[in-house]
Amino acid sequence: MSGLAAIVGQPFLRYAFLAGAAIAAASGLTGYFVVLRSQVFTGDALSHVAFTGALAALAAGADLLIGLYGACVIVALAMAMLGRRGMADDTVIGSVFAWILGLGALFLSIYTTSPTGANGTSGVNVLFGTIFGLSAAQAVIDSAVAVGVCLVMIVIARPLLFASIDQAVASARRVPVRVLGAVFLGLVGVTAAAATQAVGALLLLGLLAAPAGAAQRLTARPFLGLWLSAVIAIGSVWAGLLIAYAAPRIPPSFGILAVATTTYLIAITFTPNGGRV
Amino acid sequence: MTSSGLGWNIVADVRQLLLFPFMVNALRAGTIVAISAGALGWFMVLRRQAFAGHTLAIVSFPGAAGAILVGISATIGYFTAAIAAALVIAAVPRSLGGRAGSSESAIIGTVQAFALACGALFVSLYGGFLNGLTGLLFGSFLGISASQVLVLLAVAAAAIAVLALIARPLFFATVDPDVAAARGVPVRLLSTVFLVLLGCAAAEVSQITGALLVFALLVMPAATAQQITVRPMASFGLTIGLGLLIVWLGLAVAYFSVYPVGFFITTFGFAGYVLAAASRTAISRSRRRQALAVPA
Repeated sequence: MSGLAAIVGQPFLRYAFLAGAAIAAASGLTGYFVVLRSQVFTGDALSHVAFTGALAALAAGADLLIGLYGACVIVALAMAMLGRRGMADDTVIGSVFAWILGLGALFLSIYTTSPTGANGTSGVNVLFGTIFGLSAAQAVIDSAVAVGVCLVMIVIARPLLFASIDQAVASARRVPVRVLGAVFLGLVGVTAAAATQAVGALLLLGLLAAPAGAAQRLTARPFLGLWLSAVIAIGSVWAGLLIAYAAPRIPPSFGILAVATTTYLIAITFTPNGGRV
Repeated sequence: MTSSGLGWNIVADVRQLLLFPFMVNALRAGTIVAISAGALGWFMVLRRQAFAGHTLAIVSFPGAAGAILVGISATIGYFTAAIAAALVIAAVPRSLGGRAGSSESAIIGTVQAFALACGALFVSLYGGFLNGLTGLLFGSFLGISASQVLVLLAVAAAAIAVLALIARPLFFATVDPDVAAARGVPVRLLSTVFLVLLGCAAAEVSQITGALLVFALLVMPAATAQQITVRPMASFGLTIGLGLLIVWLGLAVAYFSVYPVGFFITTFGFAGYVLAAASRTAISRSRRRQALAVPA
C-alpha cells in the first residue's frame, strides 16, 4: 500500500502511468488492425522515420514534438497514397530504411556538435524512450492525442474491420475503403509519434505488434480481440513501469517490452492452433 | 612523410588518410568487412533473406552490449549473438520465415523490438556510456585495434573459404530448391550453413556501420549490382567492387568531416542503388521506344 501511495505521490510517476495508459490503449487498438491488415512493416517504417524526424527537428532548433508528429503523419499518409501499387520488395524497403536511419545519425551528430546542443542524451531518449522524464505539458499533450486516437478508432472500428477482412465486398457495399485506409495509417502515424516518447522509436514496433499478436492468438472474435489487445498493452505498460520503479537500473522501455513479449510468448505457447479452434 | 605501407597512395589526401594508425586499421577493417559482406550479401539478396540479415544485425547489438557488461570483448559478443540467432532462425520452420502471414510478421517485429530492448537494458546496467551506445548503433571507425582487425580477417577468411566450398551447390539450391533436393543436394543443411555465415558477416558489418545500418553494406551493393547485370559472376564481382568503393569513400569522407561514418556509408550505398535503378529504367524505356519505332 505504501508503494501505491508513493507512486501516486510522485508527479513524474503519475504522468508516466496516465500518459502510458493512454498511449498503450492507442497502440493496442491501432496495433490490432496493423497486424490484421499485415501492415507490420508500416510500423517498422514509422519507427525509423520517428527517430529521424525528431532529431531533424532538434538539429534545426525546433521542438522535438513538431518533428516527431510531423514526420510520422506525413510519411504515414504518403504510404497510404502509394498504396498497394507502391509495395516494393524487401531489398528496396530495407535500403530506404537504412538510409533514413543514416540521416537520423547525421542529425544526431549535427545536434550534439552544435553550440546549443546538449550531450547525446536526447538522441538516446528518442531511440529508447523516456517515459519517466515526461513533463506535465508533454504528458497532457500525449494523453490527449492518444485518447483522441482511441475515440476515432472506436468510431471507425466496424467499417475498418469490414474493409480489412473483405475489401472487395466492403467497397461494393459503399464502405469508403481508400479513405478508411488513409485515416487508419494517419492514426498509426500519430500513435507511433506518441509511443516514441513512451518506449522509444526502436521499440515502438513491439508495442504495436506484441499485444495485438497475443490478442489474435487468444481469440478469433474481432471485437473481443481489439479490446483484449488494448488491455494487454495497458497491462504491459503498467507492469513494465512498476518493474522499472522497483528496480531503478532497469529502463522502463525494457520492462514494458519484456512484459509484452512474455505475454505474446505465453499466448503462443498455450494456443497451439492459433486461437482458431 | 611516407604512408604506412598499404601502397595505394594515389593522391596527397590519401597519403594524409594513411598517416594515422587508427585510420589504417579502419581502412583495413573496412576492406575486410566490405569483401565478406559483399560475398554473403550477394547470396542473401538472391535468396531473398534480407529480413533475416536485418534481424541478425539487430541481435548483434544486445550481444555486443551484453559482452561489454559482462566484461569480455565486444567482438566476441557480436559474433556469439549473431551466430546463435542464425542457428535459431535456421531451426524455426520454414513457414515462419520469409514473407509470411500477419501473425508471423508480428512475431518478427516483436523479436526485433525485444532484442533492441535487451541491448538498452545492458547499456543501462553497464551505466553511462552514451558515446559507446551511438557507436554500437550507428557505427564508429575510431579505436579499431590491430588485434580486432586480425579477428575480422580470420573470421572473414574462414567465412569466405566455406562459402567458396559451398558456392556451387548453394547457388543451385537457391535458384531451384526442388530440383536441387531431387538431385541429392542437402538443401536444408546448406541453408543452415549459409545463415551462420550470414550471421558472421552481419556481426562484422555491425562493427563498422553499427547494428542499425548493416543493410547499407549487406544489401545495397548486391542490390545495385543485380540491377546492373544479370550474369551471376559479373554481378558477384561488381558487388564486392561496389562494397569496397562505398566503404573507402565513406571512411575517407568521414575522416575529413565531423559527421558519423554510418551516414556516409548509407548515403553512398543508397545513391549508387538509386542511380543504378534509375539508369536501368531509362535504358529499358529507350529500348522499348526504339523497338516500337522500328516497325513504324
